[in-house]
Amino acid sequence: MEFISQPWAWYVAGPVIALVMFLLFYFGERFGVSSNLETFCSIGGAGKFVDYFKIDWKQNVWNLIFIAGSIAGGFIATQWLSTTEVVDINTQTVKDLADIGIANAGTSYLPDEIFSIETMLTLKGFIILIVAGFMVGFGARWAGGCTSGHAIVGLSNLEIPSVISVIGFFIGGLIMTWFILPLIF
Amino acid sequence: MKYIKFFLVGILFGIVMTKGEIISWYRIYEMFKFQSFHMYGVIGSAVVLGIVSMYLFRKKMVKTFEGNEIHVAPKKKGLYRNLLGGILFGLGWALAGACPGPMFVLIGKGVVSIFIVIFGATLGAFCYGLFKDKLPH
Repeated sequence: MEFISQPWAWYVAGPVIALVMFLLFYFGERFGVSSNLETFCSIGGAGKFVDYFKIDWKQNVWNLIFIAGSIAGGFIATQWLSTTEVVDINTQTVKDLADIGIANAGTSYLPDEIFSIETMLTLKGFIILIVAGFMVGFGARWAGGCTSGHAIVGLSNLEIPSVISVIGFFIGGLIMTWFILPLIF
Repeated sequence: MKYIKFFLVGILFGIVMTKGEIISWYRIYEMFKFQSFHMYGVIGSAVVLGIVSMYLFRKKMVKTFEGNEIHVAPKKKGLYRNLLGGILFGLGWALAGACPGPMFVLIGKGVVSIFIVIFGATLGAFCYGLFKDKLPH
């Protein structure tokens, strides 16, 4: 159990993700999480306003089941397979975050400055959460995939569009991390 | 019954996202600061093994459990779509510290505020569908 309960190194996590992808293809489907966001829209009746969402969403039920499983997996791992909440990030990262107004970095999985209930209930905190999600959802569908569809499957399949998308992910991520985050908190 | 296997694979995905700390906002920040190899190792090793998987699929050495050939659908071409969509995604990824997979796993971790992020992401996907004909692809 020691092996399971400690944080998993990259050389354990990466291969398990590859296994997840392999199994989804083996079971006759694919690996792509952000398409579920479109399925939500279709289920919610977005097809009445926009033809793009007029799809037979029942053929995507397997993917909804997959994310339901991932919620269960997050619960199981947190409740029964973990002994610590500490994320052992670089000490320089901790210092850098303290400098931009995020304290106690790495003592839990997420910063309270973004994710605590108190922050969520402030106007600024609420806007940060919803705008962050909006950019992820809009960007993923525009690019035709997120980290799973492009960075894992697309790169594995040596796809040029995915190389371009992942370069885009990094341009956006670097701009946010280096130039915008320091202004927010 | 045919859906149970997807639920089980999902559980494995949720566990690896949690135990690999991929759902941690700090790991994403650290990655974009180039201060740790962790996330690069995770994605890099997954892609290396993914390349092997794709080779096995292409050479028909591995078929689906029902014996069908595995075809991986090609991604849509287009510089603007992939680059601009990718940049917008990256801005959100670094702010939320979570891409779509981890967002759902964080529900299981008991993070209430992630529902706002997921609502925003769904709204974003809807707005993409709404404005897609006006966007460069």
